[in-house]
Amino acid sequence: MKLVNPANKRKFSAIVVGSGLAGASAAASLAELGYNVSCFCYQDSPRRAHSIAAQGGINASKNYQNDGDSTWRLFYDTIKGGDFRSREANVYRLAQVANNIIDQCVAQGVPFARDYGGLLDNRSFGGAQVSRTFYARGQTGQQLLLGAYSALSRQVGRGQVKMYPRTEMLELVVVDNRARGIVVRNMVTGQISSHAADVVILATGGYGNVFYLATYAKGSNATAAFRCYRKGALLANPCFTQIHPTCIPVSGDYQSKLTLMSESLRNDGRIWVPKNVGDKRHPGEIPEEERDYYLERKYPSFGNLAPRDISSRSAKEVVDEGRGVGETGVGVYLDFADAIQRLGKSVIEERYGNLFQMYERITGEDPYTVPMRIFPASHYTMGGLWVDYNLESTIPGLFVAGEANFSDHGANRLGASALMQGLADGYFVIPYTIGDYFVRVGVSDIKADHEEFKKTEREVEDRMKKLLSINGKRSPATFHRALGKIMWEKCGMGRNEGGLKEALRDIPALREEFWQDLKVTGDNEELNQQLEMAGRVADFLDIGEVMCHDALDRAESCGAHFREEYQTEEGEALRNDKDYCHVSAWEYTGDGRPPALHKEPLVFENVELATRSYK
Amino acid sequence: MNLTLYVWRQKNADDKGRLEKYEAKDINHHMSFLEMLDVVNEDLIEQGIDPIAFDHDCREGICGTCSLIINGRAHGPELATTVCQLHMRHFKDGDRIYIEPWRARAFPVLKDLVVDRSALDRIMQAGGFVSVNTGGAPDANALPIPKKNADTAFDAAACIGCGACVASCPNASAMLFVSAKVSQFAYLPQGQVERKARVDRMVKQMDMEGFGNCTNHYECEAACPKEIKVKFIAKMNREYMRAVVAK
Repeated sequence: MKLVNPANKRKFSAIVVGSGLAGASAAASLAELGYNVSCFCYQDSPRRAHSIAAQGGINASKNYQNDGDSTWRLFYDTIKGGDFRSREANVYRLAQVANNIIDQCVAQGVPFARDYGGLLDNRSFGGAQVSRTFYARGQTGQQLLLGAYSALSRQVGRGQVKMYPRTEMLELVVVDNRARGIVVRNMVTGQISSHAADVVILATGGYGNVFYLATYAKGSNATAAFRCYRKGALLANPCFTQIHPTCIPVSGDYQSKLTLMSESLRNDGRIWVPKNVGDKRHPGEIPEEERDYYLERKYPSFGNLAPRDISSRSAKEVVDEGRGVGETGVGVYLDFADAIQRLGKSVIEERYGNLFQMYERITGEDPYTVPMRIFPASHYTMGGLWVDYNLESTIPGLFVAGEANFSDHGANRLGASALMQGLADGYFVIPYTIGDYFVRVGVSDIKADHEEFKKTEREVEDRMKKLLSINGKRSPATFHRALGKIMWEKCGMGRNEGGLKEALRDIPALREEFWQDLKVTGDNEELNQQLEMAGRVADFLDIGEVMCHDALDRAESCGAHFREEYQTEEGEALRNDKDYCHVSAWEYTGDGRPPALHKEPLVFENVELATRSYK
Repeated sequence: MNLTLYVWRQKNADDKGRLEKYEAKDINHHMSFLEMLDVVNEDLIEQGIDPIAFDHDCREGICGTCSLIINGRAHGPELATTVCQLHMRHFKDGDRIYIEPWRARAFPVLKDLVVDRSALDRIMQAGGFVSVNTGGAPDANALPIPKKNADTAFDAAACIGCGACVASCPNASAMLFVSAKVSQFAYLPQGQVERKARVDRMVKQMDMEGFGNCTNHYECEAACPKEIKVKFIAKMNREYMRAVVAK
């Protein structure tokens, strides 16, 4: 890694898109070093990025519990949790810097949970045999984000970061095969403008809203990343999307989003459905012998604590069999009756009080007396823009951090690892690798008045005009919902060749309809939420198609990617290390043409490929 | 159920604005309040009417984006609840519902129910941080913090920055918001070095932004979706006295 002399740092500028854990920490850290930073977010304040919604915690191998944790163990658990589809070197670095993150956050005044001796408390999480998760009640993401936001605010106050809230990146500008800046839309005035810099860092999160119903924020979108893909950045493993098993089920067609209930509930709740198809009795009237505790039955040693992908798939199976519960029949019970009887209501209240309250607020049902209803929902995307070890994409000068890249989680992410990766990238990776890039390429001589910026601005303006001028009958939300249905059914928890091929016919047809029958009210030159949504849905339509290509190509089951044709006799995921131990990186080849596949072999020098078993 | 809505419509910051009447038909009691507005908006789009603009994002009560005054109350009738977590089962068929934006001089309306809360960010930029650069941190357990202090700091840190406190206060005071951040750091050892300068700078910025002062109405505490207590305002006042007297 080359270094930039302190006196020269002020000559370089960086654009950071996104202000979540990865974006805010990168922007603040770069500004502290003396670089000139511009940071963009679509929210009205950088503090609102969706990292804020993470509940559970953040992993680090401090070994404060003296239970044998180490950098190696954190590394190995993450590789194994990802079903051996991530890059060893990246994951090892992640494990190495994890401890520094905790130090940094505590120094910022993040109020982590503490024990009575005043030292930090830990809890255990899925996929690990040690207690390595640091937490701040059920609001760890919020507290970590507010820490990064405070560091960012400090730099905004100093004038070292220029913050652009309510501003959406709509295009990347590449000149002479180097990222030079971005074109953005001011979401209040509609003004389209250009911003040039020496480097562009994308920290725009995942694309899980492609499913429409997801635990993502309503505004979370893939436009920035997808625009980069169209400009030549490769999209890696797009079919690796995590479906979280414990979310509150859909209650009707009007539903706008799904809410996650912490996985910790599975420690004491028992998951079941009626044995008989179509049993619509009240849960209390269904006798014990007519209940199927299917996780306990299928995975006796892990029971209700089977990993996320397995629990999610099992729920789908019983619902597909017609044994789902609730008004819609799309849900399973998570029952605390036994735990309440065994431990008493007050213990359960102490452990899960805030979650029970949240559930009651949303559903109007009291989970102390009626079993909770849960169902899996789209929650995180392991796939993302391809990056090298330095987090640089295939476009020189375009770096990608956090959930937006594909780097660390393979085919399945472990709980409490998303926060770790976002902050690792922003605090401890990007600040080093950016300096090296600056030394290699020098100050960019391309300014925002360059012809390529002007041309790109015109393209963005034309796109806005096009969306506004179709003047059809259907709102953007109806198309998004239709896309979500296709993706959920054909490229969701279970995938097969036939379904994916259908999706690859259905999505282009829907896209055709979108560009012919879309209705966007209002104008560009104003605050126009319909126009924002329309642009995002257009890109989701395209990204959904790439996901299906990837899922179809990957003829194996691994982690969250379950191809129904590839399973063991017992219905477990069947990995194929001979043919698929690689990263699938997709290249845009033009509209209406299938993307081109590039393969990065995954070479494991330090761990042995093994089969995950939870029987 | 069917409802009659009176919604604040305002084309942009320069427009005068007015309440418009809309009918919300066939509303399911499981819907959230914002989903009800989604349904109304789809209906408006079909009629060729510009849909109602409102701020929202996470829809799970933590990002602090949603910001509606419902029947005169910030975030509506339920205690400790953001609008996005308010469900229609708390309303009944035939109800008339008045929906307005946050109202405060420091929060200009941008469109309909969307306001500009960047004043809150500027207060944070003035001092709502601990000055620690990345990389310069000691081991996280080097400094034990009494659990009681850590818990109190957390109670203050739970603020989501929605601005309901400002919108509910007859003086449009931001003191609950500012005091939450001042108190969080005042209770932690990491906040001690800049303790006086922080409260001084944040209060100055708060005054510059045009927020009013606290005259003990406690409306902020009643409206706060995260149940931040007014005791933190008392704490901030003490902190402020320490800072200015020492000067």
